[in-house]
Amino acid sequence: MENVIEFRGISKKFKEFSIENLDLQIKRGYITGFIGANGAGKSTIIKLMMNLLQADKGEVKVFGMDYFSHAKEIKERIGFVYDRNVFYEALSLKDISRIVAPAYKCWNNKQFKAYVDKFELPLNKPIKKFSKGMQMKASLAIALSHDAELIIMDEPTAGLDPAFRRELLDIFQEVMVDERRTIFFSTHITSDLDRIADYIVLIEKGEVLFNKPIYELKERYAIVKGSTNLLDRDTEESFIKIERSSTGFQALTNNVEEVKELFGDHVVMEEASLEEIMFYVKGAHSQHD
Amino acid sequence: MQIIISNNSKEPIYEQIMKQIQTAILSGELAEGTALPSIRQLAKDLKISVITTKRAYEELEKSGFTYSIVGKGSFVAEQNLDVIREKKLKVIEEQLSVVIANSRELGLSYQELQELLKLLYEE
Repeated sequence: MENVIEFRGISKKFKEFSIENLDLQIKRGYITGFIGANGAGKSTIIKLMMNLLQADKGEVKVFGMDYFSHAKEIKERIGFVYDRNVFYEALSLKDISRIVAPAYKCWNNKQFKAYVDKFELPLNKPIKKFSKGMQMKASLAIALSHDAELIIMDEPTAGLDPAFRRELLDIFQEVMVDERRTIFFSTHITSDLDRIADYIVLIEKGEVLFNKPIYELKERYAIVKGSTNLLDRDTEESFIKIERSSTGFQALTNNVEEVKELFGDHVVMEEASLEEIMFYVKGAHSQHD
Repeated sequence: MQIIISNNSKEPIYEQIMKQIQTAILSGELAEGTALPSIRQLAKDLKISVITTKRAYEELEKSGFTYSIVGKGSFVAEQNLDVIREKKLKVIEEQLSVVIANSRELGLSYQELQELLKLLYEE
């Protein structure tokens, strides 16, 4: 089984927003970063993955199973990591391990204790008194202690200081040494992804714009700068979005080879960061509406 | 084995890894049959993505520097150092031919070219 999550022809209608006929595959054994502007549909898609929302149409499969007949089995193997522990706020980690443990077949209390130590978490303090970073770590410790194969996180690094974020990324990398594991997380901090992500999924208005290995993005996309008189109807075709000013143009291409052939040394080409790709792609998308 | 990668280099990270492992193999630092670190362990140690190290390993295997055994990992393949040396010499010959052609175009004498080469070589 190569894909750990599979969406086929998913539609979901809301008043203001809808997803139509969405396909999405998440590869097993890798870290996939999930990016897109606010309101692009990230949380909706995560909720569909978790069965917290049900699609109007289409099929969601996790570990090759659907939620209708295998909900419990799927949930056993997913760790949903988030910073708000709505159910357990007043409880301490010690209480939680007692309550959560019986719910999971694979709960490993020794493992849990080891992670609590490693993450330097207090066992007897109520969770609501934890900082955001500590809550994140607590949630992760619980997920890893029931041996979750798929870890889904909604903006795990938002609001964390840089040192803490780095620590969390190191933990993710450690988790990935085990090839059975998959991490899927949404984020606005694209520099987190530059370092550790294997695949990037970009969505915009409920549509998947791309789902690609990160090196492919680096090879195919580039920021191109040059003089505006190089642009005409034909050459403009090589770009996703062009910004013109009195001093020249700046544009995003997803076809580095073609641009090299067309313009040679007449333009300057730079590697496009994920942030730049997001910015220009979003601009291009709203232009076509 | 030491691997140092630069995130600011124009050279893709997978190529940096590939070249450094190649160098270690050619210099004899990594002997035939030596196991390379696992793809996932190396990704963690270098603080880069799994897919990047995977790509480096795939390229190494494609160019015959390593071989892999499913479930066991990657190993240094037997290297025919004479053949590799021969190939590299050929590349140098080609590059020098270009230099000579350019020099003739400029009217640079053999003497002058030799001096220039000496200067650069000793740098």
